Amino acid sequence: MALRDKQGRPLVAVTGMGVVTSLGQGKDDTWAALTAGRSGIHRIERFPTEGLRTTIAGTIDSVDVEPFCAPMLSERLAMLAAEEAVGQSGLAPSGFPGALFIAVPPVEMEWPQREALAEASGQGDEVTYKDLLKAAATGRFKPWHDLFIFGTVADRVADRFGTRGSPISLSTACSSGATAIQLGVEAIRRGETDAALCIGTDGSVNPESLIRFSLLSALSTQNENPEAASKPFSKNRDGFVMGEGGAALVLENAESAKARGAKILGYVLGCGEKGDGFHRTRSSPNGMPAITAIRQALEDAGVSPEDIDYINAHGTSTPENDKMEAMSCTAVFGERMANLPISSNKSMIGHTLTAAGAVEAVMSLMTIGTGRIAPTINYQVPDPAIPLDVVPNVARDASVNYVLSNSFGFGGQNTCLVFGAEPKGA
Amino acid sequence: MRDVVITGVGLVSSAGEGLEAHLTALAGGSPNTDAASFEPFPVHPAVTLEWDRQIPKKSDQRQMEPWQKLGCYAAGLALDAAGAKEDADLKGRMQLIVSAGGGERDYAVDGQILTGLRKADNPGVFLNERLMGDLRPTLFLAQLSNLLAGNISIVHGVTGASRTFMGEESSGIDAIRIARERIASGQDDIFLVGGSYNAERPDVLLIYEMGGFLWKKPYTSVWERPAEGGGMILGSGGCFLVLESREHAAARGAKPLAAIAGVASDRSRRQPGSVEGALHGLSRQLGGKPDVVLSGATGIKGITDEERAALKDIAPGAAIHATGDLVGHTMEAQAPIGVALAAGLIAGGGLSEALVTSIGHWRGEGAIRLTKA
Repeated sequence: MALRDKQGRPLVAVTGMGVVTSLGQGKDDTWAALTAGRSGIHRIERFPTEGLRTTIAGTIDSVDVEPFCAPMLSERLAMLAAEEAVGQSGLAPSGFPGALFIAVPPVEMEWPQREALAEASGQGDEVTYKDLLKAAATGRFKPWHDLFIFGTVADRVADRFGTRGSPISLSTACSSGATAIQLGVEAIRRGETDAALCIGTDGSVNPESLIRFSLLSALSTQNENPEAASKPFSKNRDGFVMGEGGAALVLENAESAKARGAKILGYVLGCGEKGDGFHRTRSSPNGMPAITAIRQALEDAGVSPEDIDYINAHGTSTPENDKMEAMSCTAVFGERMANLPISSNKSMIGHTLTAAGAVEAVMSLMTIGTGRIAPTINYQVPDPAIPLDVVPNVARDASVNYVLSNSFGFGGQNTCLVFGAEPKGA
Repeated sequence: MRDVVITGVGLVSSAGEGLEAHLTALAGGSPNTDAASFEPFPVHPAVTLEWDRQIPKKSDQRQMEPWQKLGCYAAGLALDAAGAKEDADLKGRMQLIVSAGGGERDYAVDGQILTGLRKADNPGVFLNERLMGDLRPTLFLAQLSNLLAGNISIVHGVTGASRTFMGEESSGIDAIRIARERIASGQDDIFLVGGSYNAERPDVLLIYEMGGFLWKKPYTSVWERPAEGGGMILGSGGCFLVLESREHAAARGAKPLAAIAGVASDRSRRQPGSVEGALHGLSRQLGGKPDVVLSGATGIKGITDEERAALKDIAPGAAIHATGDLVGHTMEAQAPIGVALAAGLIAGGGLSEALVTSIGHWRGEGAIRLTKA
């Protein structure tokens, strides 16, 4: 088999994967739960939920960090996922021979820290930022500078694994995880590195971030039965459910991976992306950007629509996304779309936001590796406007060689990846 | 590998609007500083801009906070300068990389909540109720890091695809590095790259004051601050660059200002001497002999002195300008601004090579080599 693709670029192999979600730590636990159709969505216990429209999420409550805040939890989830991925790859646990690309949630100081500063200021009356600044001047809060700037999670992960060069922290909103992988693929194809550690992480379920999404009416409010709230592609879907997660992939130039005798779990064959200037949160009504991203990913992978055996959907469970995703896929895959399996992991783990593209990349490769497709659960009321085979409620065995994974985000972000057991024509 | 050239610069800051205004300010004069608004912290405030000129729709302006407006405005200037503004097809395939932090908060609401939290019977419930009631729903979109890129796509129609890099100063260098590599390798032809920063906001002052990084005396040059304890003065501004392959620029008749001959970045474990060593290493990677240096020095003790010492070896005889002494420290926008000024100086004639440095206030070291187009 040639170790270059049809365009003469190095083939990009996946040699390690790690994941942590509300369903479990490690890809095997998560995969077992996903294929059993189990939901990780539950009532939020991390903070009081009185007065909120949404009181459920797929938080990861088994991981302790101190101080508890989004960057600390996101860092920990990234570390856990990367330890598993690098461990599986057989590369050295420190001294990773390549670059780091990590999708991290935008961070800022959180309420407990603001409250501590207000308290330390001694202001007994109306608190303003002047008081917080006064408290900051004491020098007592120095570690919080490092904690709440944007490059810190990447820096710590780079330290831990000894990755090379300047690590890239990135955000493309809800397609960030996919973009991290795309950056790694591109760096290997350009010959800048033979290996890349690509991570998506998000541990940001806190009152303010939940409320922000809630105020945009993006979240499901079907709180009564948490496990049933995320219902992608169903007629009664009413928004996404926030989730937390981390996922890591070790990408390698296939040639160097084979040379060192690494086990290849699959290939990232193609990447596609397209911007959308229509609206800040809605996609172009004609679906052109998403359609273009899908087509570009297929073309980049050197496969045709007929080759794709399964689509790992973005499938957020919002009325808008699922309708547009179905329309875009139908535009690309035509009549075949009625029978082409497409399922959403988010029906079980919620929307892991910054991490989603990476988590779903791991699940796409697990699908290829195990010959099993995880279902879309909570599919009780089909949406007649979305006549798709969503692999309803129960996992299915299938021979899957090529998977398309979709990621779409606020701000006109559309990123699609194609994974394969082998390159086409191998 | 293909040559990568700069064909458009869009720049706004405390020193004015446009490349020419900045080159004039660089040639002489004192920086524009506001010592009163955030006393004791001086800041370099953005000049007043007529937003309508680059962000025509009021509805778009209302959806943005100042950091996004500065960036969006600068992006428009860059597209104009590159002769790309009216070319919808070109903008439809133009790639975008933005270096960004996050957006502004509602400071009054924060203060009211902090005041109320102390007396609240149930603080958690109080916080929920106030946030649900008082946060403006669209504020979130003005805060999200990738929404500067989103706004540029909406306002200017740059819709190839966008990626947003984060991580303070390093993100500015790496945005230019990745764009250059993608063009040089033939993956893409044309990019809009840059970032923006609003220094006139208490939440960012708070972050850097916690770390002890802010200068709290009247303006002094970055090079002189270390002797008095050191510190940075944040500056508001935005800068975008249009980068493209030499062939692509020639084919559409765009005149290059300068070429980007190399971009190098790394992270050293900071200890005494590491920044000086890192700069020597970056300089070796880039090669060349600069006639002028655009330094992103912060004024922070230790690292600023080390940079100065390294520059003496790396660029002997070269004129050294600190962008911090012109526009203040603009964090994610610092490296793009250095490149914009360097390109302007080279295009103006007389200089054939420039070095831009970006030593992060806390981590990350980068350098960019520009040559005559």
